[in-house]
Amino acid sequence: MVAVAQMDDQPGLTGDRRGRAAALRFGLIALLILMLLLGLGWGAAGDTQVLAALGSKFGLAEASLRDTTIIWDIRMPRVLTAVLVGAALAVSGAVMQGLFRNPLADPGLVGVSAGAGFGAVAAIVLGGFLPVAVLSVVGAYLVPFAAFLGGWASTLILYAIATRGGRTSVATMLLAGIALGALTGALTGFIVYRATDDQLRDLTFWGMGSVAGATWMKLLTAGPVIALGLIAAPVLARALDALALGESVAAHLGIDTQLMKRLAILSVALSVGASVAITGGIGFVGIVVPHVLRLLQGPEHRNLLPNCAILGAIILLAADMISRTVVAPAELPIGIVTATMGGPFFLWILLKNRHILDI
Amino acid sequence: MIRLVLALLVLPGLASAQPYPDARRIVSVGGPVTELIFALGAGDRVIARDTTSQFPEAVNDLPDVGYMRQLSAEGVLSVNPDLIVTRDTAGPVEVLDQLRAAAIPLVEVHDGFSSEAVIAAMRTVGSALGLRPEGEALARQAEADFAALADDIAAGPQPRVMFVLSNQGGRLNVAGAGTGADGIIALSGGVNVMAEAFQGYKIVSDEAIIAAAPEVIVMMAPTGNAEHDSRREGVMALPAITQTPAGEANALVHVPGAALGFGPRTAQFARDLNTAFTAAVQ
Repeated sequence: MVAVAQMDDQPGLTGDRRGRAAALRFGLIALLILMLLLGLGWGAAGDTQVLAALGSKFGLAEASLRDTTIIWDIRMPRVLTAVLVGAALAVSGAVMQGLFRNPLADPGLVGVSAGAGFGAVAAIVLGGFLPVAVLSVVGAYLVPFAAFLGGWASTLILYAIATRGGRTSVATMLLAGIALGALTGALTGFIVYRATDDQLRDLTFWGMGSVAGATWMKLLTAGPVIALGLIAAPVLARALDALALGESVAAHLGIDTQLMKRLAILSVALSVGASVAITGGIGFVGIVVPHVLRLLQGPEHRNLLPNCAILGAIILLAADMISRTVVAPAELPIGIVTATMGGPFFLWILLKNRHILDI
Repeated sequence: MIRLVLALLVLPGLASAQPYPDARRIVSVGGPVTELIFALGAGDRVIARDTTSQFPEAVNDLPDVGYMRQLSAEGVLSVNPDLIVTRDTAGPVEVLDQLRAAAIPLVEVHDGFSSEAVIAAMRTVGSALGLRPEGEALARQAEADFAALADDIAAGPQPRVMFVLSNQGGRLNVAGAGTGADGIIALSGGVNVMAEAFQGYKIVSDEAIIAAAPEVIVMMAPTGNAEHDSRREGVMALPAITQTPAGEANALVHVPGAALGFGPRTAQFARDLNTAFTAAVQ
């Protein structure tokens, strides 16, 4: 602890970065508020009386049922879902990169999302076989819970395989992640094969991701789980910073590395699992956001994680706005938008900063 | 017979659906539903459609609210509809709930792969649009057409048929029970060889194809998509197919894609297909 505190006090390097991170956070919060307002005020139904509809809930104004439905039951839950899921994906990406000490770690890339997707698909297709008594208890929580279990199991397995003698092997992790992704993909495929035609077409959406089906019900079910994972992240920040110096150094600094690793895995599994359960797989947020911020403000997790949450939310809000307006009145799945935006952007960042990242 | 009794039981319930004769801004979801509204002469009241609605030609000029299973609530509301007519397989469920919450009347038309479903839909949509006599007339005509077709089928051959949806590198995606293809084959006097084997569309092994011994292979008509069409062309030359009676006789029949959705043209599609079956096995 002492050593870390001393490092922070070094003038020039860290002080600058902390100032930059604070300034950046200020700008990001302003941008987030702007995007939230845009997200509520802008959509395919351009003639909606936004302010009147907003006020009508509090008896401040009169609005048609159509407009109140658009604002309160369609745009509000999907905007909040985009914020929560965007934040969860970006923070989970940053936590995994810190945990594995590998810039390529990402819930989507190393199979955590695939595991969560398998859990969700299994719950949708096979959930009907559960006894009615069980179903009536778990009810709407079944799919998010199954997704969480799937995500958690894949993260644990991945970590156990890639870590040997307290050292996490980069190559093993990536390869094991790919193998794990393939395996869960195959298991998902098997269940999908058993699905009826109707279930099949509805399942397609897991592959592409969408916040279009966001409802208050889903948000209230999965939201607290995602929030729990997000709340755990700041607790991890200091430990992740220490871990960057190596596991033995972190242990000497008084950090319970095993406990912290378990907490990190649990937090990632919680937030990614619940996110996948309500939106399906949304790629690239978890890898692009942390890297952009690291380039802008440095790698310290204490500053990185909160900004990741905000920028992740902004990115997903922006992607959702594109997805719901570009082919209006129809809609593009959001996963297509994030991959289309994120892929080339990430490549550009990589090429421009090859010397800094030095992967 | 059971189907007929069921249809009779359901009919009064459907026919008494609340009518919306004043609806002038209709969003029509599902190809057969859209065809039906146009067949009732109410095409000018449709202002938007979904991606699966591509007939008659005129609907392609209307705004497209997306694939019928991936509707967007705000997208549909943005065209300011006063009535939504949809197949009951449309979705997602959340979106339909949101549309109901916005107080837009929503008429759901039962989606079935049978002549009874087609006839019931004519009455449902007819009364929903305030065009009950027109709907009744269409239904009567369809009943007569299907009855005449059934008589002709009973007199002719009833070949064993296999419907191939797609050719994925030599592995065939084939229609089982509970599919539009299965329904139109049954209406056309064919026997779907895979109906007993599985539900939905599945990839089947070469041996299963040989064992099923179809006399006729049915595929969708060329769409103009060169890649799809070229892959379909290869089907009759596949080793497994050449081992079947259909392969030996080169008995390949094309069916329009629209025939897989059950709508006002179904009787005609079934008659054409029946004619093609008869020609293929003789």
